[in-house]
Amino acid sequence: MGKSNVFDLLGPIMVGPSSSHTAGAVRLGIMARKILGDEPVRGTIVLHGSFAKTGKGHGTDLALVAGLLGMNPDDARIPDAPKIAIERGLNFSLKGGDLGDVHPNSVKFDLVAKNGGHVQVIGSSIGGGTILIREINGFQVEIKGDYPTLVILHQDIPGVVAQVTLLLTTAQINIARMLVSREKRGAQALMVLETDQRIEEAVLDLLRKLPRINQALAIEPL
Amino acid sequence: MRAYEAWIIEAENKGIKISEVILQNQIEELEQSEQVLIERMSTNLNVMRESVQAGLVGKRRSLSGLVGGDAAKVESYREKGGSLVGEVMSGAISKALAVAEVNACMGKIVAAPTAGSCGVLPAVLLAVEESRQVSERELLMALFTAAGLGMILAERASVSGAEGGCQAEIGSAAAMAAAAAVELAGGSPRQTADAAAIAMKSMLGLVCDPVGGLVEVPCVKRNATGAMIALMAADMALAGVRSAIPVDEVIDTMGEIGKQMSCSLKETAQGGLAVTPTGRRIQADFL
Repeated sequence: MGKSNVFDLLGPIMVGPSSSHTAGAVRLGIMARKILGDEPVRGTIVLHGSFAKTGKGHGTDLALVAGLLGMNPDDARIPDAPKIAIERGLNFSLKGGDLGDVHPNSVKFDLVAKNGGHVQVIGSSIGGGTILIREINGFQVEIKGDYPTLVILHQDIPGVVAQVTLLLTTAQINIARMLVSREKRGAQALMVLETDQRIEEAVLDLLRKLPRINQALAIEPL
Repeated sequence: MRAYEAWIIEAENKGIKISEVILQNQIEELEQSEQVLIERMSTNLNVMRESVQAGLVGKRRSLSGLVGGDAAKVESYREKGGSLVGEVMSGAISKALAVAEVNACMGKIVAAPTAGSCGVLPAVLLAVEESRQVSERELLMALFTAAGLGMILAERASVSGAEGGCQAEIGSAAAMAAAAAVELAGGSPRQTADAAAIAMKSMLGLVCDPVGGLVEVPCVKRNATGAMIALMAADMALAGVRSAIPVDEVIDTMGEIGKQMSCSLKETAQGGLAVTPTGRRIQADFL
C-alpha cells in the first residue's frame, strides 16, 4: 500500500459486514448509476466469482441495488434496498454468472434509464472499498471514481482526440490520466479522461457539438 | 518509508505526545486545519459509540444466522459481577463483540482499520473511558495515535486479511488499540510503541480462515481476543515492560509472515476453520 492518511485507517464509516463485498459493492452500484446518467428503471445484475459465492452472506446483492438507488456506503437503509427499489420503480434481477478473466469480486450491470438510455457496465471491488470500472458498453476502461471523469464515444479518425484535448486546454481543465480504445480501426472508439478539475455542463455541451463525437458523459468522483 | 521510531524521537525531543506529532503531520499532508481534522475524527468516535450501544442491546442476527446476541449475553453476565477477568476486561469483551456483531448484521460501523476488525479499538478505548476520567479531547487524540500507527502498519506491512491474514487485521487493530490505550492512560510515547509491539507479537502468524468466506466465524470473537491482548499489552508497557524487538521491526515481520502464509489461509475460505467438517457444512447449508 502506498502513502496513507489517518482516515484511510479509521474509516470509512460504512454499513457492514465487508469493505470489499458491501461498501465496495455499493460504490460499484453508484458508479453504474452515474454512468447511466439518469434514474434506472430496469437492471440486470450478474455477480461473478466471490461476489456470486459469498455475496449473499455479505449483503452484496442488497449493496449493489442500494448503490443503483444512489445510496452511500454508510446509508442505514442498505438492508432494505430491494423494498425501496420497488417503491422507486426500479425493476431488477440478480444472478450468478461467469464474466471471464476478471477480478473475483466483479459484477456486470445491464441498465435501462427512465429517459430510455441504456448502458452495460462491468466493475470490480479491488479491496478496502476501492473499486475499478473495467468495461462500459463493451469498451475496456479503467475508472476508479477518484477523479472527475469524462467518457466520450467517438469515431476513430485522426484529430478527434486533439480537438477534445484542445477544448479542455481552453477550459483550463488538466488531464490526470487518459485511455483510448476502439472496436476496430476507423470504427467506434471510446476515450476516458480523468481530470483535476470538475467538468462543467457548459464544457460538456461544447464537447458534444464537436464533429465525430457521438456521446459525451461527465462522471463526478465518488 | 515511514517509521514509528521517528515519531517517538520527535515527540520526545519536543516533549509532546505521539498523537500531537501525528496530528501535526496530517495537518501538513492533508492540508486541512486542526479543527477540521478533529471534527472528522469526532464523527468517527460518535459512530463508534453508537455501534457499541446498538450491539449491546441488539437482538439482530447476521444474514447467515451464525452471529448475533453474544455481546448481550456477555454484558448481562458481567453485570451480575461474576466475571473472571474483572470490570475493564469484561467490558472490553462485550463491546468488541457488540461492534463486530453490528457489522455482521449490516449495521453502521467505522472500519478500524477494516470492517472485520472494527470492534477492537472502540472496545478498548471506551472500556478505558469507563474506568478512568478521560476527556473527549483525549479520546480523539488517542484515535490519532491509533490511526498513525495504522498508517505505519499499512505502509510497512498490510492491514488486509487477503494480503496478510488475520494478524494484519485483528493484529493491526490490537496494536493500534494498545498504543492508543497507553496514551489515554498517560503513558509515554515510548510506552505506546512497546505496547503496540507486544500486542502485535502476540498476534503474529494468525491466519484468516472465515467460514463460508463471511465476516462472522471466527471474526466476531477474534475482535474480543484483539481487545484483550491490546489491554494486556498496554498494562505491561505502562508497568515499564519493554519490547525486546522494536515496533517497526515487529511490523516488518508481520508483513514478511503474511507473504509466507499460504493463500488458502488468507481470506479465501480454503483452509483453517473454513474447511473443518462443521465449517463446510455451514457453508453448504447457507450458500
